[in-house]
Amino acid sequence: MNAAAASDVSTRSEFIAEPYQVEGKTVIDCDVKKIFYGSFLAVRDSYVPVEKNKITAFIGPSGCGKSTVLRSLNRMNDLISVFRFEGSVYYHGQDIYAANVDPVVVRRYIGMVFQQPNPFSMSIYDNVAFGLKLNKFKGDYDEKVQKALERAALWKEVKDKLKNSGLSLSGGQQQRLCIARAIATEPDVLLMDEPCSALDPIATRQVEELMLELRERFTVALVTHNMQQATRVGDTTAFFSVDISKGGRTGYLVEMGPTKQVFEDPKQALTKEYVAGEFS
Amino acid sequence: MSNVDPTAMADGELVRPNLQRQLLEGRAIKNNILTILTWIIATLAAVPLVSVIYMLLVRGGTRLFGADFVEVLTALPPAGFEMGGGIGPAILGTLTMVGIATVISVPFGIMAAIYLAILGPSSKLATTSRFLAKVLTGFPSILAGVFVYAVLVVHFGYSPWAGGVALAVLMLPTVVLAAEEAIAQVPQRMKDAAFGIGCTRTQVIWKVVLPTGLPGILTGVMLAIAGAAGESAPLLFTALFSNYFIENLSIDNNPTASLSILIYNFSGMPFENQIELAWTASLVLVLIVLVFNILARLFGQPKV
Repeated sequence: MNAAAASDVSTRSEFIAEPYQVEGKTVIDCDVKKIFYGSFLAVRDSYVPVEKNKITAFIGPSGCGKSTVLRSLNRMNDLISVFRFEGSVYYHGQDIYAANVDPVVVRRYIGMVFQQPNPFSMSIYDNVAFGLKLNKFKGDYDEKVQKALERAALWKEVKDKLKNSGLSLSGGQQQRLCIARAIATEPDVLLMDEPCSALDPIATRQVEELMLELRERFTVALVTHNMQQATRVGDTTAFFSVDISKGGRTGYLVEMGPTKQVFEDPKQALTKEYVAGEFS
Repeated sequence: MSNVDPTAMADGELVRPNLQRQLLEGRAIKNNILTILTWIIATLAAVPLVSVIYMLLVRGGTRLFGADFVEVLTALPPAGFEMGGGIGPAILGTLTMVGIATVISVPFGIMAAIYLAILGPSSKLATTSRFLAKVLTGFPSILAGVFVYAVLVVHFGYSPWAGGVALAVLMLPTVVLAAEEAIAQVPQRMKDAAFGIGCTRTQVIWKVVLPTGLPGILTGVMLAIAGAAGESAPLLFTALFSNYFIENLSIDNNPTASLSILIYNFSGMPFENQIELAWTASLVLVLIVLVFNILARLFGQPKV
């Protein structure tokens, strides 16, 4: 019965979600028309605003394009040669896909934390100081590094071994190190692509608490497979699904709204089924 | 089934398997025979290596570790029937020419490797040059000498530069292929992290990829240096030989001594003194390569 209902919505290939009306200020206004990998249409017609000082969670089944959309927000996808973006991503009123925009500069304002912890093979200290050196920061490195590590809830564990390799840490510590590295340069927005999927529940808890603290200073966009995580930390939730009609697998936004509303009173039948765990 | 107690099965209870080691079972015998065989073969394979080093130490060590080792390392080679003498010019010449070859081949090799591994790994230029580099690793070394003879020696005469260039031609493919391998092994997620923090491609390569791949790159460079230091054929056409120290790095008619040519010259002489020095030179050559290897390991180790 539910499967029938699900297919009913997902085969509506022209479905476009109602644009989410944001109450507060947005930092990023992402309006995806089409995202291609070569000739493959990966995502279509999704308007995803990211609100200032809030955590916007992207949820949805595998292959729905939530990571693709996230990585479009700081032009990480430009590294894939066949990637093509149609639409616009306004960041403080500038379209980051405009021809005269340097993606390298965009990424300094919109930082990223990846699914797999990926510290550089250098010391813990140098990992955190990396972005500062890159930005030719002149000032007290020690203080900045300590502050970033403290904010990432890692300082107590590593303060006596800052010269050790970042790779010598455990998985959860490595991920917090990557977060410290990303926030050391004080980016405006932090994109997190399933940051807890390689972590155990305790480390996940720590990273989630960290996100809630980071929200005070930064704006966070988070991709997660874990719906509980979205409800725990997400202020706003965007639900994506995948359209398997026409032989393709094209992701699109189904519904976006305050997390409470999306989970407790979804407007779309497909959202209701997904958040109830009836399909994935 | 032979290991199973049949009475237990009759009761319909859980079968209790025999877990004890059966030494006379077919697969156990096969396992033991093959294990012993690999031991024997591994030992046999080590015999030539160990015996070469043993011979070098015994025959070459008498002069090198003797009382007159300073003379051996610094003096000019002796004439026939003359006692004493040393291999100083050859040591200096080999170090000079290997140095020139390294200075030429390493930057070119690493830059080529960066192109092959990162910038255009599947471009036509990359596949062609990767193929050519592989062909060049098996290039007969004497042809490198002939090539440089035609390009440099014909115009300027024998010189350390000609020798260095010939060695560089031989080192280049080893450096390129090893460095490409090392660079390609740097995980993509590390590069992603660097791009994600706002690095340009140059910064990603310079600050993340090269430092991370450094140990592998240095291993390749050391292999190339070890190979080049022992080359004699290409030097015959390019550096020739000299009984005297090189006085300058002139490219103009400046024949240069080298350990490998000295070993070749002296080992064929009918004088005991020269033959002993040839052994000493062989040992010195091996030690030079060893010292470079240790240094490269020291400097190539990740700092953390």
